[in-house]
Amino acid sequence: MTSDLFTYTLRLADDAAILGQRLGEWCGHAPTLEEDIGLANVALDHIGQARNLYSYAGEVEGAGRDEDQLCFLRKEREFGNCLLVEQPNGDFAQTIARQLFFSAFMLPFWRKLTGSRDETLAAIAAKAEKEAAYHLRHSGEWTIRLGDGTAESRARMQDAIDLLWPYTGELFEVDGVVERLVADGIAVDPETIRDEWHATLRRVCDEATLTLPPVGWMQSGGRSGRHSESFGHLLSEMQYMQRAYPGMRW
Amino acid sequence: MTEKTTPLWEVFIRSRTGMAHRHCGSVHAGDAEMALQAARDVYTRRGEGLSIWVVPSAEIIASDPAQKDEMFEPTASKIYRHPTFYEIPEEVGNM
Repeated sequence: MTSDLFTYTLRLADDAAILGQRLGEWCGHAPTLEEDIGLANVALDHIGQARNLYSYAGEVEGAGRDEDQLCFLRKEREFGNCLLVEQPNGDFAQTIARQLFFSAFMLPFWRKLTGSRDETLAAIAAKAEKEAAYHLRHSGEWTIRLGDGTAESRARMQDAIDLLWPYTGELFEVDGVVERLVADGIAVDPETIRDEWHATLRRVCDEATLTLPPVGWMQSGGRSGRHSESFGHLLSEMQYMQRAYPGMRW
Repeated sequence: MTEKTTPLWEVFIRSRTGMAHRHCGSVHAGDAEMALQAARDVYTRRGEGLSIWVVPSAEIIASDPAQKDEMFEPTASKIYRHPTFYEIPEEVGNM
């Protein structure tokens, strides 16, 4: 039970931390100054969520590991983030598609988690919900501008959606951990938000004149520590400081 | 190219404690909605504001500095026009 809660909280923390890390890579490289600041804002929201979740995971585990150790001293196979968030930034459209898929899921997810029987998770969710609403708005508006933009921007946005679509199946995966925590009223059953997630994407894509791919074969493995090729590189960069100077604080 | 597709917008923000919107800067954005988003990110990151106005810069008409004398001098030389000789009752509040 305790170990389920630890695993579940850690997965949520990993999702937020890895997406925050990816978004941080944009700093100073976004298409416009305004968007550069916008993406940094979104990145920092995710890092803040990750800190709350890692702290709580450390508490639940009760082995004396703090947020820094959980984030910076675990190996690739110990990370339980979904594959979607670790995908490379690619061009701006890819980053926006990744954010849209994720935020459209996380907004209803956090909203439901505010009703969790676990008070700490409920409190973290209440804070994250407001941030997710903004992230969805930000990525949704950009999807529309790019889709309904030039021939070039439209093609790139459609390519990005097609490219990342197979990574969305994992958001809805239910294994033993989730199943047991759902039964206890602690976790969110992802199936209960599938319709809203899909309706949000449909609405955005319709307005953007883009096509949502049919549900088909989906990638899997992130939750059990089997990650994509670029993930090791991401970790080596992210964890460099803590590994080079063990015990450093930030 | 950038100028054409993402024109300049002036940003006005009313702070938490402020009575009025104050001009705080400008952003480039494709349309009003995106200008609001950019203004939110660029100028209200630390919770500075409660309300944002964005206005296309092209819509703003400015006074001509060359006409400074005829526009502003008369008020400066007729100090009896200034309401500084009156005591303002407390009940009036902010003016």
